[in-house]
Amino acid sequence: MQSIHGKVLAAVAAVAIVGGVGAAGAQTKVGVLLPYSGVFAALGQEIDDGFVFALEEAGRLDEFTLIREDTEVRPPEGLAKARKLVLQDEVDLIMGIVSSGVLAALRDFVTDSEVPLLVANAGEDSSTGENCSPYVIRVSFSNSQVNRPMGQWLYDQGYRRVYTLAPDYAAGQQMIATFRAGFEAAGGEIAGSEFTPFGRTQDYGPYITNARAAEPDAVFVFYAGSEAIAFVRQYDSFGMKEDIPLFGSGFLTSPLYVDAQGEAAIGVVASLHYVPTIDTPENNAFVEAFRARFDRTPSEYAVQGYDAGQVLMRALDAGADDRASLAREMPRVSYTGPRGPLEIDPLTNNIIQNIYVYDTVSDGAGGLTQEVLDVIERVQDEPMGCTLGQ
Amino acid sequence: MSGSAVFWITQLLNALQYSMLLFLLSIGLTVIFGLLHFVNLAHGALYAMGAYIGISLALRTGSYWVALVLAPVAVTLIGVVLYLLLIRRLRHAGPLSQVLVTFGLIFVFLDVIRILWGDIALGMDPPAALRGMTSIFGVRYPTYRLFIIGMGILIMVVLLVTLARSQIGAMIRAGVENDQMAACLGINVERLFFAVFCLGCALAGLAGVVAVPVLSATPGMGTDILIPALIVVVIGGLGSLHGAILGSFIVGFMATIGAVLLPGINSVLIFAALAAILVFRPQGLIPARG
Repeated sequence: MQSIHGKVLAAVAAVAIVGGVGAAGAQTKVGVLLPYSGVFAALGQEIDDGFVFALEEAGRLDEFTLIREDTEVRPPEGLAKARKLVLQDEVDLIMGIVSSGVLAALRDFVTDSEVPLLVANAGEDSSTGENCSPYVIRVSFSNSQVNRPMGQWLYDQGYRRVYTLAPDYAAGQQMIATFRAGFEAAGGEIAGSEFTPFGRTQDYGPYITNARAAEPDAVFVFYAGSEAIAFVRQYDSFGMKEDIPLFGSGFLTSPLYVDAQGEAAIGVVASLHYVPTIDTPENNAFVEAFRARFDRTPSEYAVQGYDAGQVLMRALDAGADDRASLAREMPRVSYTGPRGPLEIDPLTNNIIQNIYVYDTVSDGAGGLTQEVLDVIERVQDEPMGCTLGQ
Repeated sequence: MSGSAVFWITQLLNALQYSMLLFLLSIGLTVIFGLLHFVNLAHGALYAMGAYIGISLALRTGSYWVALVLAPVAVTLIGVVLYLLLIRRLRHAGPLSQVLVTFGLIFVFLDVIRILWGDIALGMDPPAALRGMTSIFGVRYPTYRLFIIGMGILIMVVLLVTLARSQIGAMIRAGVENDQMAACLGINVERLFFAVFCLGCALAGLAGVVAVPVLSATPGMGTDILIPALIVVVIGGLGSLHGAILGSFIVGFMATIGAVLLPGINSVLIFAALAAILVFRPQGLIPARG
């Protein structure tokens, strides 16, 4: 008995020593800053899953120490957690950020403390525009990028008068302004435009009735999350979909929650940087592996987390081993992933990527799926005041 | 019929529909306050529970109507547990303790919903009989929204008649006016309070399950609706059934007409009305005690 006990102890000690030696030096400390509670909790979890999946798939999970902190949707909370990650945990980089407000709050802190911030969602334009920073690298999208191609596209489809609706906050205004600029430049006319109180509008009936009264050829909206679910259902319940087709920024019918919209989402056309039905070998393999691991179809949020993991691993492979070299190497990564060719724009640190125009269709088995109608390749933002390239 | 007439009739129906949802929710809030002198901020959470339980029941049984009947019952049971465990002890603890405890309950229910049903919002289709559109006053309007209007009016009439004409209505009125005197006259005030509390919970659950096919269900839906409902109660007069009816119409119509005429300042309008009431008529438009 005594000897067995001793052997076990010795074995445990040996494993511990070997493990300790093996891990030393190679560990990269990642501060994962996502909302794990509050309205964006589902998005946070999806990004986290995508990120971990990238490391797992590469068999490199043990090279990383992940320190997770919850930002909720509150900029002060996000900033406090970022300080903790940088000053106390001494992370090599921070990955995550769903809310644009949190991103704006973190920008000066990460720049001054020279910690790279790998943005896996927040699309606020100025973070890779006038307020860009060599330490803020975005692998998700910018609000302008997702919407700009849709103006020309709608015009090309024969729509001339479009009515717009969006929630009244920064992202809503940026998305609509970009769409509007593109549509008007193409020669279209905005029949009317309204912004609904953000987070306080549950019933869109009055706004939908206003839109109908303006007699547009089409309606273009940006809504996301629970607002998108309510809007798409209500738009359909008023019989609008048959008369005036609904277009939107792709988050409107995200695969993450399109099932909650049900048949009301069928026929809605939207633009986005990723849909699970992109038919490329890279994406087909990714979707299959993700489904096998999580038993669900990956959304654009999962892909953003996944690509954040890919960019990080490739920067390390290129020789990065501390904060400064990560900030230098991560923007140089380019590769072809689930959403197609991906590179970081040296002029802004924003991603350059394809934008997909898709509609939501029945999959024939009671569910919904996405059908890619068009691909607009290599959509790149203007520098918008960013001076990184100079 | 001219386009603008169609437009305005549709918008009035929108306003009426929203008013009815607010009424179903605020009626429980105001009566519980009027009778029990109890500020139940968790009322919105009960509304959210009604919505989520309704979704689960409709999925499990395949019938919206079963959910419509059983979800309010389930929410009432939750209310009974809350009453026995917390609210009864807090009856005489003063408004600050009541507000703190029921405010805490909001977060408890929020997390319970997130654990049981997840973070992503859920939707539900209206029952087959209420899908599509119906022509009314010369306009085509979603059938399900007409159903909400009809349901609201029905409950409003039943409550008004019960309160004005029946014996239990007289007892409730007596309790609101002066509960000690009512008890002296042989009314079992505690039992009456409990019955009214249960009714308030059932109506919150009903509002939840009725709202889902239109508004969808999110974990935060209870807090989202709580503020308009509290405004209804304050504008109408705390504890007053007639006040809740009037307040629901005022808030519902202001929200809708504001969205049409003054979209830029729409969200400010209702708060401005609330401020005006608090300054010029703090007891509300139709106070509970004469």
